[in-house]
Amino acid sequence: MNQAATTQNPTTEEVDFRELDDIIDKEYGSDRENLIMILQAIQRRYNYLPKPTLTYLATKIGVPYSQIYGVATFYATFSLEPRGRNIISICLGTACHVRGGERIRERLVDTLHIQDGQTTEDGRYTLESVRCIGCCSLGPVIKINEDMHGRIASDEVEKILNQYE
Amino acid sequence: MKIASVQDLEKIRDKYNPSLYQPKGLKVNVGMASCGIAAGAMDAFEKATEAFKDDPSVTICQTGCIGFCEMEPLVEIMAEGKPRVMYKNITADKILEAIDDYRGGAAKKKWILGQMRDPRSLMDDDLPNPVDKVEHFEGIPFLEDVPFYKGQVKIALRNCGYIDPDAIDAYIARKGYFALVEAIQGRKPKEIIEAVKQSGLRGRGGGGFPAGIKWATCAKHHGDRYIICNADEGDPGAYMDRSILEGDPHSVLEGMLIAAYAIGSSQGYIYVRNEYPLAVKRLITAIKQAEDYGLLGDNIADSDFSFHIKISTGAGAFVCGESTALMASLEGNVGRPRAKYVHTVEKGFRNSPTNLNNVETYANVPAILLKGADWYAGMGTEHSKGTKVFSLVGKVVNTGLVEVPMGISLNDIVFNIGGGVPKKKAFKAVQTGGPSGGCIPERFMKLPVDYQKLAEVGSIMGSGGMIVMDQDTCMVDVARYFLDFLKEESCGQCNPCREGIKQMLDILTDICQGNGKQGDIELLEELGAMVQKFSLCGLGTSAPNPVLTTILYFRDEYEKHIQDKKCPAGVCKALFHYEIDAEACTGCQVCFRKCPQDAVSGEKKKPHTIDQSKCIKCGICYEGCKFDAIKIR
Repeated sequence: MNQAATTQNPTTEEVDFRELDDIIDKEYGSDRENLIMILQAIQRRYNYLPKPTLTYLATKIGVPYSQIYGVATFYATFSLEPRGRNIISICLGTACHVRGGERIRERLVDTLHIQDGQTTEDGRYTLESVRCIGCCSLGPVIKINEDMHGRIASDEVEKILNQYE
Repeated sequence: MKIASVQDLEKIRDKYNPSLYQPKGLKVNVGMASCGIAAGAMDAFEKATEAFKDDPSVTICQTGCIGFCEMEPLVEIMAEGKPRVMYKNITADKILEAIDDYRGGAAKKKWILGQMRDPRSLMDDDLPNPVDKVEHFEGIPFLEDVPFYKGQVKIALRNCGYIDPDAIDAYIARKGYFALVEAIQGRKPKEIIEAVKQSGLRGRGGGGFPAGIKWATCAKHHGDRYIICNADEGDPGAYMDRSILEGDPHSVLEGMLIAAYAIGSSQGYIYVRNEYPLAVKRLITAIKQAEDYGLLGDNIADSDFSFHIKISTGAGAFVCGESTALMASLEGNVGRPRAKYVHTVEKGFRNSPTNLNNVETYANVPAILLKGADWYAGMGTEHSKGTKVFSLVGKVVNTGLVEVPMGISLNDIVFNIGGGVPKKKAFKAVQTGGPSGGCIPERFMKLPVDYQKLAEVGSIMGSGGMIVMDQDTCMVDVARYFLDFLKEESCGQCNPCREGIKQMLDILTDICQGNGKQGDIELLEELGAMVQKFSLCGLGTSAPNPVLTTILYFRDEYEKHIQDKKCPAGVCKALFHYEIDAEACTGCQVCFRKCPQDAVSGEKKKPHTIDQSKCIKCGICYEGCKFDAIKIR
């Protein structure tokens, strides 16, 4: 089963700045226009955006931290909190909605005891709602890490969740 | 190898053509767009590849999405001198059997969607039809006659599902890049702009602005001009652009290249949603291949024209589909729109003249140049020319992507192509235009699809999402759903949108929870008019549309929610409950077994009952009952 990268909340000492340099410099030429894509790369590496990486990024590309924080909080993709081992994306696109996506979401909330954007205490799951993954014909759809589960009924939710450790 | 002339393209075309139309041995095309992969196409592809890895007579090939998503994974099998057969719902456990079946003469009729009468696209019909003389299988319908495909005209989707999106030669074999090279080497930029104007092509992203006029205005302004492709397909329920990028990325690149040549630009950007990783991957491959052939980069096709394309991924903000917000995001900023006193064709990205069109618009351009503006303008209605791709989804039998000529009726799309509503439920409405659009009721189903006509009934063409709703869809809840979406996605910059949407949402939420008051409908109308009038950008000015159209056409549903405290569709939980109809119940115990709350009780073969105090209205029993015995009260 696919599993998202696991990380604890790293402190400044634990961030590998050489690796970060590679991302910022080599892949994106320290270009401030590439800010969003740099943040995406950092999130791919850490599974979220640790604060030390953002302050470092600010000095590195000459953009105020406040502005980076603004971008990181404006876009739905970014998380400033550590996320779970498995990211559950529940599609709340219109096609999924009319086919009962909301009921699937309720079922997930009831089963995992977390709300949208939260992570279970054991760090196993993070629940995120997304607006349309573009697999509307399979609605209602949930995506767990990279795996797509389509045409699911709310009584199948637990069985699907159990596949992910 | 660098391509310097149309002759070079012809050579590649001649060389690749047999593998596309007359393959040696057996060729198996597996539809591998995101939707196909989600349905199991990847596993099927791997299974077949593994099984025939030592057999050079069998080629397993990937293609994009051929549109009929309901039947995915779709697998097409062909061989030289034999018909091309499309098998449906072919998962890994069925693919080898399907290949055997084809070899044995295609006997598994239930597995087969149809055989192709003519696999050529409208662009490459200068060559003879490769299956014209083959002996077709008896008793298998032609794909072109299957209701889902009948009436479709594929221009933007001309190659989706027919070619390997990762093979530039396949695109060239279907006359790809011919329009570009011919343009660079023999046509003046002005002529091209004129042709696009003549064709009547309008922006397919939703606005519907005439593309030729936009190009001409951009070309008039001086500075470093930019070409941007808006692939930030944010409307929930719409995936036309994803499908084009995943199935035929070169058509978009070629469209952008032609625009760049016509307008005079050397740098382009594709702003694509982060949620579409496969589209990004295929674009990266396509760009690399085009560069290797000298069709992208410096001195394209041995000329003075140079053009580069960079991909930029979005980060999950619906408002970035708005052109000025998109450009702000491309510059690495928060995606907030600005007022368009000065248009982006004059001052856009980096304050320079910028031409922005969406994926489908660009994909149409090569076809217009190849076949001529008059040909394109010959389709459609007075003000809406050509074809439009719709993603037909929701409560409809045949979900999928359909490309139809403008002017076709909604009825034709939903009932003839889409096959109507499943499970014999009653049709209620069709929603077009995403969160900026409206819900169109049954009495307007004869309406021709056209920018003006849809606007006249309060909706918009939008980018092409078409969501079918049935009796189980609550229109008040749909309005609430869209406003909830828009509240999250409003950038928060201007008051009318930020506060107006929130207030409207609060009222709608109250109505859905049974706390609606007399006068709420009128208040919603008043607030809606205010938000429409005073918001800064298109997101705000169109945000009230889903509310206002549902009030206009389904006012009785609002009134039932407010006055009777009832939700007739059985969606708003506070306003209904489930009951078992003792006469219809057979006591099959499906609901009894499925209920997660143990709220259902009753003996076998005797009518069951629901304990209302335990019921959480999850709907599992309602969906599961085969005898229609669970009633919404």
